[in-house]
Formats: sequence, C-alpha cells, structure tokens
Amino acid sequence: MSLAQFVKNQGGFANLSISYKRGETLLAWAMISPWVAGFLLLTAFPMVASLALSFYKWNIISTPEYVGLANYHKLFFSDPLPMHSLKITVIFSLASIPLNIVFGLVIAMLLNTNIRGLAVFRTIYYLPAILSGVAVAILWQWIFSSDFGLLNTALRIFGIEGPAWLGSKIWVLPAFVIMRLWSVGGGMIIYLAGLQAIPTDLYEAAEIDGANWWQRIFRITLPMLSPTIFFQLITGVIFTMQIFTETFIMTNGGPANASLFYLLYLYRQAFQNFKMGYASALAWVFFLAILLLTIILFATAKFWVYYEAESEGDN
Amino acid sequence: MSSKGVGLSARQIISKIFVYAILAIGSIVILLPLQWMISTSLKPLSHVFRFPPEFWPREIVWQNYPDALTQLPFDLYFANTMFIVVLCLLGELIVSSVVAYAFSRLRWRGRNALFIVVLATMMLPRQVTLIPEFIVFRHLGMIDTFWPLILPSWFGNPFYIFLLRQYFLTHSRELDQAAVIDGCSRFGVFWRITMPMSKPVLGAVAIFSFQFHWNDFFRPLIFLLDQDKYTLALGLRFFQGTYGTEWNSLMAVSLVVMLPLIIVFFFAQKYFIQGVVFTGYK
Repeated sequence: MSLAQFVKNQGGFANLSISYKRGETLLAWAMISPWVAGFLLLTAFPMVASLALSFYKWNIISTPEYVGLANYHKLFFSDPLPMHSLKITVIFSLASIPLNIVFGLVIAMLLNTNIRGLAVFRTIYYLPAILSGVAVAILWQWIFSSDFGLLNTALRIFGIEGPAWLGSKIWVLPAFVIMRLWSVGGGMIIYLAGLQAIPTDLYEAAEIDGANWWQRIFRITLPMLSPTIFFQLITGVIFTMQIFTETFIMTNGGPANASLFYLLYLYRQAFQNFKMGYASALAWVFFLAILLLTIILFATAKFWVYYEAESEGDN
Repeated sequence: MSSKGVGLSARQIISKIFVYAILAIGSIVILLPLQWMISTSLKPLSHVFRFPPEFWPREIVWQNYPDALTQLPFDLYFANTMFIVVLCLLGELIVSSVVAYAFSRLRWRGRNALFIVVLATMMLPRQVTLIPEFIVFRHLGMIDTFWPLILPSWFGNPFYIFLLRQYFLTHSRELDQAAVIDGCSRFGVFWRITMPMSKPVLGAVAIFSFQFHWNDFFRPLIFLLDQDKYTLALGLRFFQGTYGTEWNSLMAVSLVVMLPLIIVFFFAQKYFIQGVVFTGYK
C-alpha cells in the first residue's frame, strides 16, 4: 500500500463524490495556515538555504565565499571524520534498533499471556522510556564506571571482570547499545497493543489445525504485527541515527573518536568552529543518508510486511 | 484465553512460572539503575569510591540533596524550564489541534496531498534545517532568548498533527452535521464538540510535549548562552562539568531533574500509554 493510498483510505469519505464547499475550503486553509507558515519558514526555506549554503565557505561573520563543490569534496575525500562518524552511527543503529525490536517483542509476548499484575510489569518496563536527556546520560556514565560502576559490580558477582566501557575503543559502542536497551519499554507498549488487537479466532483456528507454538508465532503473530514492526523500524532509524546528548555528555566522542556520532561532529563544525557552509554540507549528506536507508527499508517492506487490506482485494 | 475457571495442567503451571520468573528478573534489571542512582545519591563521597561498591548505602546522608541543589541556581533553571515547557505545550496543543481538525473533519481539495507533506516533514531530521534557522534567529536578534525554543511550537508539530488527526477521524460526522444544522458554526463544532471529545489524545499530546521539552538538550545548547537563561538540562550539564567526580551530588541533582517526569508518568500513565498506542499502530 502506498502512502497516498494509506492517507486516502483513512480519510473515510474519500470515495463519495465530493462537491467542495467554498466556505469550508476557506476555513480549512485558515485553520492550517500556522502549519503552512511553519512549513515554509521553518522547513522549506531552511532546507533550500542549507543546500545553498553548502556551496559556500562562511564563518558567520565574514561575507560568504562561493566554493562550488569544495565542501563536499572535503567531506568525502580529505576529511576522514565525516565518513568515520557516519560509519559508527550506522553500526550503532544497526545493532541498537534490531535488539530493541527483538527485546520489545519478547517482553510484549510474555506480558500478553494472561498474567496477573500486567499493569505493574507494564509500568516498570515502560518507566525508563519516558526518561532521556542529560540526567539519564549522567546516570549511565556512572553505571559504566569501570571500578565503581553498577554494571561491572554486577558482573563481578558472576566472576566476570568487565571492560572499561566508555574508556575503551572497542566497548564504547556496545555500552551505548546497552544504555538504549534500557528504554526498550517504549516499543514494547506498542507491540503489546498490537498483540492485543490480533483476533483470537485466528489462534483458535490454528490450534484446531494442529499448529504448534512456533508456527503460531511465525505464521500468525509476527505477520500480524509486521506493519507495527515496520513503523518502529522506520522511526527507529530516524531517531537512533540522531544520537547526540548521550555522546556529548558521556564521552564527548572519545576515546579516539570511537563514539564520535555524526551529529556531534556536525555540532562541532557548526557551533564550535562556525564553519556554516561545511556544516550545511554535512547536514545534507546526513539527510540523504537517512533518506537512503528509509527508501531501502520501504523497498524491502513488500517481502515481509503484511497488510490485511491487500489480501482482501477490495481496493 | 482458556484458563478461566478450569484447572491448569502441570505444563501450563510450569510455563506460567517460567513467564513470571523472566518478567521478574527483567523488572529487577530495569529498576536496578534507578536503585543505584538513589543509593549513590545518599552515600557520603568517601563511600562512593569504596571498593567493592555497596548496593545499599551504609550511612545515609540526606544533606547531599540540599548541598548539591544549592551549588548552582537550580531554582532559576527550574523556572526557566517550566516557562519554556508550558509555552511550548500550549502552542503545540492549540495549534496542532486546529490544524489537525482541518485535516480530518473538513472537506477541501488537496487535503490528502498536503497531509502527505505533513507526514514527510515528520520524517525529516531537524538538523538539516537547523543552521539556516540559527542564522535567521541570529538576524532577528533572538539568540540567547527563549524565542527560538518557543516559537516553532506555535506553528504546529507534524507528529502531533498526525496523532490528533488519527483520533479526530474516528468521530462520527453525523454529530458535526447535527450541530451545524442546530446553528453551531464550524469553528464552534471544533471547539465545543471535537475538542471535549478528544481528551485522551489531547492528554497524550500534552504529556509527549512536556516530556520532549523537559528533556530537550540540543536546542537550548545551541540557542542559549547566558547562565541566567539556562534550562535544567543545561544547568545539569554545567554542574557535571564543574563537579565531575562527585557522583553522589551528580546523582542527587539528576534524580531531582528526572522527578517531575516520573511523577507526571505515575499520575498520567494512562495518557502516556494511550498516546504511544495511537502513534505506533498503523
């Protein structure tokens, strides 16, 4: 199902033959005018402006100097850091997003087994998902402390001497992945709602047909949840790639740039070095990278995302 | 589904115990960081660096809290944060609802096409537009004021427009039409019928907005310079830079900064969960 079709189907009365009323149209435009203004002033214009700026050299005080593709050339060929930071940002996302989805699904499935105390468990698991920002970053910096931190103290109970986490080039990315797993409850809530919406007669029919537990999971539960999972994947890519506060607070990109996520590098170029042209080029490359990832995911959707409406064949 | 009334088989009992055990262990793992935070915040500094670390404080020092919180003007940071958060929240609630109403309850040409633009902007990483935005606010002389943090909220937030639209679409159109026949204006329908009927989703938007602006760090970092204008997030970061290894004080202040959010969560959990469900579904 295309996005346009999705929007249209949801409109409800899209199929009626419509005669638009003039008064209603005018009122509608009046009502959406703040958004239109915001779109033009805060999205469309800045996007064009940042594209234009990316061909200039400008330190915000001097007059901008046109440099053609020099910023892009530097970004791809002479400055090693943009591609390095894009690479670690993608690696981090590729580890963090699927793990969050899998753990979120497993917890949701466990919660969806008619247990008592569902509300209590749901509250506990969901709580960390509402917390983020500087306070959480400081808390996890302390948890990852190699000698006095919670994680290594807990590992010592099992006789394991943990690494230096944030001080280790190898372990710093896994540390960020672990930290993000703490807020797995955000996705879990959504999967739980999705699970509760699956009609039980599907399972009853499967049981009569002799389907075992695994078959029910892989033939009913996961296909029915696939649109939800897909939505989580898309938003997950966009939000996870934008990791900034944690690295700014906990490691400032270190050690040896091992946690220099893309936005941290962009922030430094734009707001510490005031290289506005170069930073604009960085921003556009970031935007295109996310767009590319999103397009790839959308292209894979037809192989694994199941939409009920399509099989009913009524469109 | 099938367990009501009838006795459970041994296999069902074992699998139940298994499920509870995993959920309980998971809950402990989830709560442990918060326990660690509270425990550290109450220890004397000398005990924080005792090896091996203790899970429970041997000696409880409540004084850590007032001591830490008076090192910097956190009351001022709190007031600044509340000011920004409340104005952003009002803007997002009012404007996004008005816009969402036009996208769901009114019929006009181009409605669906424009809504796709709304969805597309929802997907846009804000950093692409940030640099020109910064330059514009600089030209307007608004750097180091609260305006760059508040104004964008009054242009409607695509994510909340999406949420509200989805909810408004579920209302029946007959009600609107009946009200119009009874002489209610179109805007009157929005204000007196649609809005009161949408309390759950409005609650969810309010809470998301509060949560986002309370936690926000990136934009205040860029637009605010003067320490008197700091938000709690900036103040906390400044505190960390100054008292970097006093982990008991750091944990105390961090916990206090998190607390309003945790309190709101416990009182309005219903709205949180409903809101998340509205979003994540389709």
